[in-house]
Amino acid sequence: MSSHDTHAHSGHDHHELSWLRKYVFSIDHKMIGIQYGLTSLCFLFFGFTLVMLMRWQLAFPGKELPIIGKLLGEAAFPGGVMAPEFYNQLGAMHGTIMVFLGIVPLAVGAFGNYLLPLQIGAGDMAFPKLNMMSYWVFFMGGVTMLLSFLMPGGAAQSGWTSYPPLSDIAPAGQTVWLLGMVFLITSSLLGSVNFIVTAIQLRVKGMSFFRMPIFTWCQLVTAFLLLLAFPPLEAASVLQLMDRVAGTSFFMPTGLVISGEQSHFAGGGNPLLWQHLFWFLAHPEVYVLILPAVGIVAEVLTTNTRKPLYGYNTLVYSVIFLGFMSFVVWAHHMFMTGMGTTLSSFFQATTMIISIPSVIIVTTFLLTLWGASIRFNVPMLFALAFLPMFAIGGLTGLPLGLTASDIYLHDTYYVIGHFHYVVAPGTLFAMFAGIYHWYPKLSGRKMSEFWGKVHFWGSFVCMNGIFMPMLFVGMAGVSRRLYDMSLYAHAKAVFPLNIVMSVSAWSLACFQIPFILNLFISWRKGQKVGDNPWDCTTLEWATPTPPPHGNFTHPVEVHRGPYEYAGDEAEFVPQNV
Amino acid sequence: MDELIPYIYKPHPVTGITNGKFGTWLFLASEVMLFGALFSAYIMLRVGSESWPHGYQELHVAWAALNTVVLIFSSVTIVMAWVSLKLNKFTNFRIYMGLTLLCSLAFLAVKSVEYMDKFHHQHYPWTSNFFGIYFTLTGLHAIHIIGGIVVNAYLMGPGAKLWKTNPEQFTGRIECAGLYWHFVDLVWIFLFPTIYLL
Amino acid sequence: MEQKPYGWWLPLNASANNAGIDQLINIVHVFMAVLFVGWGVYLVYVLIRFRARPGHKAYAVHKHFRLPTWLEVGVAIIEVVLLVFLSSPIWYRVKKEFPAEKDSVLIRIVAEQFAWNIHYPGKDGKFGRTRPELVTSNNPVGLDREDPDGKDDITTINNLHVPTGKPVIVYLSSKDVIHSLGITVLRVKQDAIPGMTIPIWFEAAIPGQDFEISCAQLCGLGHYRMKGMLAIDTPEQYTTWMTEQEKELAAENAANAEPAPADTSNEGSPK
Repeated sequence: MSSHDTHAHSGHDHHELSWLRKYVFSIDHKMIGIQYGLTSLCFLFFGFTLVMLMRWQLAFPGKELPIIGKLLGEAAFPGGVMAPEFYNQLGAMHGTIMVFLGIVPLAVGAFGNYLLPLQIGAGDMAFPKLNMMSYWVFFMGGVTMLLSFLMPGGAAQSGWTSYPPLSDIAPAGQTVWLLGMVFLITSSLLGSVNFIVTAIQLRVKGMSFFRMPIFTWCQLVTAFLLLLAFPPLEAASVLQLMDRVAGTSFFMPTGLVISGEQSHFAGGGNPLLWQHLFWFLAHPEVYVLILPAVGIVAEVLTTNTRKPLYGYNTLVYSVIFLGFMSFVVWAHHMFMTGMGTTLSSFFQATTMIISIPSVIIVTTFLLTLWGASIRFNVPMLFALAFLPMFAIGGLTGLPLGLTASDIYLHDTYYVIGHFHYVVAPGTLFAMFAGIYHWYPKLSGRKMSEFWGKVHFWGSFVCMNGIFMPMLFVGMAGVSRRLYDMSLYAHAKAVFPLNIVMSVSAWSLACFQIPFILNLFISWRKGQKVGDNPWDCTTLEWATPTPPPHGNFTHPVEVHRGPYEYAGDEAEFVPQNV
Repeated sequence: MDELIPYIYKPHPVTGITNGKFGTWLFLASEVMLFGALFSAYIMLRVGSESWPHGYQELHVAWAALNTVVLIFSSVTIVMAWVSLKLNKFTNFRIYMGLTLLCSLAFLAVKSVEYMDKFHHQHYPWTSNFFGIYFTLTGLHAIHIIGGIVVNAYLMGPGAKLWKTNPEQFTGRIECAGLYWHFVDLVWIFLFPTIYLL
Repeated sequence: MEQKPYGWWLPLNASANNAGIDQLINIVHVFMAVLFVGWGVYLVYVLIRFRARPGHKAYAVHKHFRLPTWLEVGVAIIEVVLLVFLSSPIWYRVKKEFPAEKDSVLIRIVAEQFAWNIHYPGKDGKFGRTRPELVTSNNPVGLDREDPDGKDDITTINNLHVPTGKPVIVYLSSKDVIHSLGITVLRVKQDAIPGMTIPIWFEAAIPGQDFEISCAQLCGLGHYRMKGMLAIDTPEQYTTWMTEQEKELAAENAANAEPAPADTSNEGSPK
């Protein structure tokens, strides 16, 4: 972040900001976006490191982990072998960090912040100070989560879903986890209010709703999901905090005997209450993870097919419909809790309904490719790979959404394979596509194509090496979250797959090294390009590079839809022309 | 920044409101979801419990009724504060805002007395889920009241400087503070019968 | 017929009533594979045919496709069929259509960190009263032996025997946190939720001595070793085993003749 100030004070005569105000406590949406981006990439890598440790124990259960095991201390690695408690901490924190500190801040905080005002021709977010606050509250939430590892008894270890009563009686790390969640929820609340107001109030002249790029549409719908779905989790967190700190028994039923001792809780609570409140957030959260990715893929795909998007309106309606429907499918995570036939039929039906717009989205993307002139650059490779990966993720959701097949597959590795296909080679590939695609706007330089391709092909093979075997392990009926599956006869046949998965995971880490180096080295050494290197039509490419404070040096006005490619007169026509 | 971001104090021609007011409404929408979730939790706990006392048996309805009156009165005064600004009477604004603050402090005072009384009678959050949800809901509501006090005190004190430079924007802020205050009031109007009377 | 019980796909199905689940899983996967291969072939074809190259230009207007619309409608119809004709009826049969209690083997399973406590009603077919205060390491379900119904009850830890040819009804509950009873070979899964007793049923068909019960819901540090053994006995084997258990119980009763503390609690056994 040290060198793009050379252009920053061209044109405008505003007073020079101090270093601290410019790079740390900035209220410029672009700097906040970059802050979000770098922070979330760090958290993504940290969350990935946690799972790399887990993969050692899974592939070589009970074997001493050389060197690292000693470094992490006797509490976590007694005798160099991972303790089951520590394994559970890694699992819970991997999920929490990847979802709440990695993907969401990257997809929404970074991409949304940087691009949404640019794409609608606004000078900044509607509430710049609130925007800054949102980042710093997020940052505090992240630090809180990290500090929880230092608590007596370690970090949260009841899964990222934190089901009570287990989480109610867990060590102190769980309390810190809840506090961290309250920070993160507050941050996303501030962010989503900002996004919605910006997208609705600050659109430049001519930018009607149906001229907004798909990316902006996705961010707008995502913001509504964050705004309305997160508060119930905040309520649930407050209730669980009360259980843990004030000794209430909202989630503790009567007559529990824990480790041979009668529970000291008054009782009368309901553990399923937490699950309802949690999944009421966490299902829309899935769409918070996927919609920004859909938006990015739409942008990258149209740019590199050099033709208009197939079915713009259909896509917009599908995204809005997905947003609505995501609020009425939550209990499909709870089919095994003994719910009645009526309820399970209802949620099964809504789950099937929500698959239709997802199929439509994939179909419109595939049809966009017909008659195209496809450029295979790095962002396009990632965007193209998103399609089959997201398709696998979506399709494997079918047998889980159908109640009868879910009886067998529920809480097995199949579930892990399913949602990782959606989020890891799905969303994360879209994020990579976005980083390679918009990098020239931030820096004026392209990232290296060669190292980008190394990154892509390596990641593509490794991702499938990790998650495809999980589907088979799940088919064999192996439960998830097992510290050592080799104890089970029904896991014997699939057990060797663990070594495939672990080696793939560690190789995946190696293939991120070229990406990280590429990201930093290209900032100074990359190939220099102009303001619109990919010949795009949307407004963010109409700004100087990098965009100065206030974004547009001259007033812009929008005259056309977002994807006017392959015209008779011009190969592409930007929106503002 | 004034040219950078439009509609800070002038309403948007299509939506008809300023950014701040729009943001406040969205914030309130999420607050509705928060309290909605808590009320749902209340219903689920009560329906699933073996025994659940009636609020009027365990709690002081009179104190809560007094608090209801106090809060409704404060909602009126905050509207009067806003009207005073509209009529360009800044001194009146200060008086009405001061009254609003006094009311909110009175509310908290009554609330504390009520809590002390409960503790005195050995009623704690861990006593039963009835008291658990009572302390959680009223406590969270009290935190919202405290938040309102902080904002209103700021707007009456140092924040009022804006009146000299940009009265239109300042009036908008008071309106947003008023919206929030009405919401907090509304939550109490739901809380009062749910917890104290049913 | 000798078949390897465990592999990379669905393991042996030893149940008599849950074949529908396997059927549905296989049908759905065929449907998924057809869709995925269809999309995949199209994707590869398009990527090759429409690659950027000198002299090739993208089409400005879209060809109107009918096929995808039909495809989407087709997907929707197939999903409805799966839902209405397969999934829902199977779910109903598996989870709701219970056999009569008098024709079934009744078993209580009480999950705890980290074991499965199995409770048979004994000869009288009635479960004895259980109370949380009576829970000790020797009496993990808290069975009240003073209760006349409880005198002949048999309890085991992590050792479930069921006979073939007779439906089994399991009353599932938990003492502490949420667990989930997973029996892969019987296609059984049900969360055990503290404060609730949830009945499930199945009927075993293929005898075998060392099948497994695993916990499917994270329940703490010992989640991974919360393993129970399942023996599917022929009716003769089952009777023999039951008799052995009864003998052991009698021997045990004779050994410690001291009476358990009297009680006044009224927490009933499940209906």
